[in-house]
Amino acid sequence: MSKRLEAMIGWIDARFPLTANWRAHLSEYYAPKNFNFWYYFGSLAMLVLVNQLLTGIFLTMNYKPDASMAFASVEYIMRDVNYGWIIRYMHSTGASMFFVVVYLHMFRGMMYGSYRKPRELLWLIGMGIFFVLMMLAFTGYILPWGQMSYWGAQVIISMIGAIPVIGQTLSNWILGDFMLSDAALNRFFAYHVVTLPGLLVVLVIAHILALHEVGSNNPDGIEIKANKDPVTHIPVDGIPFHPYYSVKDIFGVVVFLIVFTGIIFFMPEMGGYFLEYNNFIPANTLQTPDHIAPVWYFTPYYSMLRAVTVNFLWIDAKIWGIVLMGGSVAIFALLPWLDRSPVKSIRYKGPIFKFALTLFVISVLVLGYLGTKSPTPLYTLLAQIFTVIYFAFFILMPWYSKIDKTKPEPTRVR
Amino acid sequence: MRNLKSIVFVFCLAPLVAFASESTVPLDTAPIKPRDMTSLQRGAKTFVNYCLSCHSADFMRYNRLRDLGLTESQISENLIFTGQKVGELMTVAMPKKEAKQWFGVAPPDLSVIARSRGPDWLYTYLRKFYRDDSTATGWNNLVFDKAAMPHVLYELQGEQILNVKSEDNGHGGTHEIKELKLAKPGSLSKTEYDAYVADLVNFLVYLGEPAANKRVQIGIIVMLFLFLMLVLTYALKKEYWKDVH
Repeated sequence: MSKRLEAMIGWIDARFPLTANWRAHLSEYYAPKNFNFWYYFGSLAMLVLVNQLLTGIFLTMNYKPDASMAFASVEYIMRDVNYGWIIRYMHSTGASMFFVVVYLHMFRGMMYGSYRKPRELLWLIGMGIFFVLMMLAFTGYILPWGQMSYWGAQVIISMIGAIPVIGQTLSNWILGDFMLSDAALNRFFAYHVVTLPGLLVVLVIAHILALHEVGSNNPDGIEIKANKDPVTHIPVDGIPFHPYYSVKDIFGVVVFLIVFTGIIFFMPEMGGYFLEYNNFIPANTLQTPDHIAPVWYFTPYYSMLRAVTVNFLWIDAKIWGIVLMGGSVAIFALLPWLDRSPVKSIRYKGPIFKFALTLFVISVLVLGYLGTKSPTPLYTLLAQIFTVIYFAFFILMPWYSKIDKTKPEPTRVR
Repeated sequence: MRNLKSIVFVFCLAPLVAFASESTVPLDTAPIKPRDMTSLQRGAKTFVNYCLSCHSADFMRYNRLRDLGLTESQISENLIFTGQKVGELMTVAMPKKEAKQWFGVAPPDLSVIARSRGPDWLYTYLRKFYRDDSTATGWNNLVFDKAAMPHVLYELQGEQILNVKSEDNGHGGTHEIKELKLAKPGSLSKTEYDAYVADLVNFLVYLGEPAANKRVQIGIIVMLFLFLMLVLTYALKKEYWKDVH
């Protein structure tokens, strides 16, 4: 390092903890050396977040949050803004890919028990991120003001209206009107570009701070801090994040970008899953589409919403559907206290857990598929069965995780 | 772990096999050639002559048609009949309110119609009009029953009539087969008319996303760059990680 640069950094360090933070979070943050494929998705989620923030800024420069102009302004971006189509596709593909990487990131946590002590708070902050992300996706999806934007939002708004006693008032308060209209589009725009991204960034920083406080879990689910070098006090199975994981993650980023840009440049609609065909029809408040389905990342919850068909305990089936849908997301937050297994990682857990996790994944996929289809008696029955399996995975966990036959954990990572 | 993965994989595919039975009118595959400029130019000509009188393309500017290998003067001399300037949007003079009175529904804007309907639907729709005295326009459509739009291209295709045949379905019942028969030939043969509609649909697909060709071009360069980066970043990772045991 040149003398001049060193002096400059010294000047900053005397006034701001630059070198101290660089060390704490990068060059002297010791991560387990046995991270596998599943450990790319955290850094990739950060990459997609940055992508969404940057492309989002450029989109706001030409987007018009006005019910009579929104649809046309999106097409203006697609046609008349120089390379606006790349920015828009990066943002629309980024929205879906955000959920892809976050779902894989969450699944990693479930496989290796990353939510267990001492990482409960880290997991809860992650749940907060997940919730804000869903709000962002919902508010963002409304903005192009296509048929699916409008009617999809209508379904969600009618759910709020169905809440007993306060529902209608609450719905009016959120919409700023008695129905979904220009006023609602304006405030959803404000939430989408100011409130929610700000909240998301704060939560992501908190997530990383919490992670660096407790240290990363790993595929073996054992604490590397339990085995430190007696002289240096560095975990013997730990390696500094920078340069080892920074170069590894850069490789992961390139692999991810091949998939990401492959979608952007060669199949931006992703067969109607990332950009729905019906959303290329401008919102028509007088014409309900034959078939309303949310975007793919919401379909499992949508299935559960529709799965309840009978009134129960004098409460309307619709309310139970909402309770189930909310519960299906919220129940993830309880995982740290539901899992009673003596080991963290799936590598040392017994056959019951492996079977339960497999069933859970199947139920999410089936529910996700059913959510894209119009309900038929058979589909509804299947949705009911898999909703039960979905919740059973969580509710029965305290028992099956306890009686499961586990293998002994190793003392060092492999 | 490997077993678990394969089980998950098989179950992912299972629903596709079990439920792939949604029935709709079978659509013909549109022969789309996004890089065939002469086809696109023919389609553009058909579009401004036959579609743009009722339908608008509100998000598209005339001078964007330079994408099809035309100059601005060629565009304003051959494709603009409304006295508009070449930088203006492809709007239509027909007021939406009156159009609704005439047709029962205002003709939809066609800017992104190929993205909502899909090329196959358009290609089939435009070839499946038939005479039907029970409708207001005297026309009906196999793909879109009671379509408000009359058969604008009937002079070219001719007039088709509907033939409904009952056929034994092999399970003791019958099912209907709907077939169209050419009753009065038009100025084009069937093959010529199919090619004519294919050009128009090709243009509509272009109209839906004018940047599509450029998108693919840039995409190829981006891919080449990323595969180069893949090799480099992998080598970099290997170099750093060789001292981790």
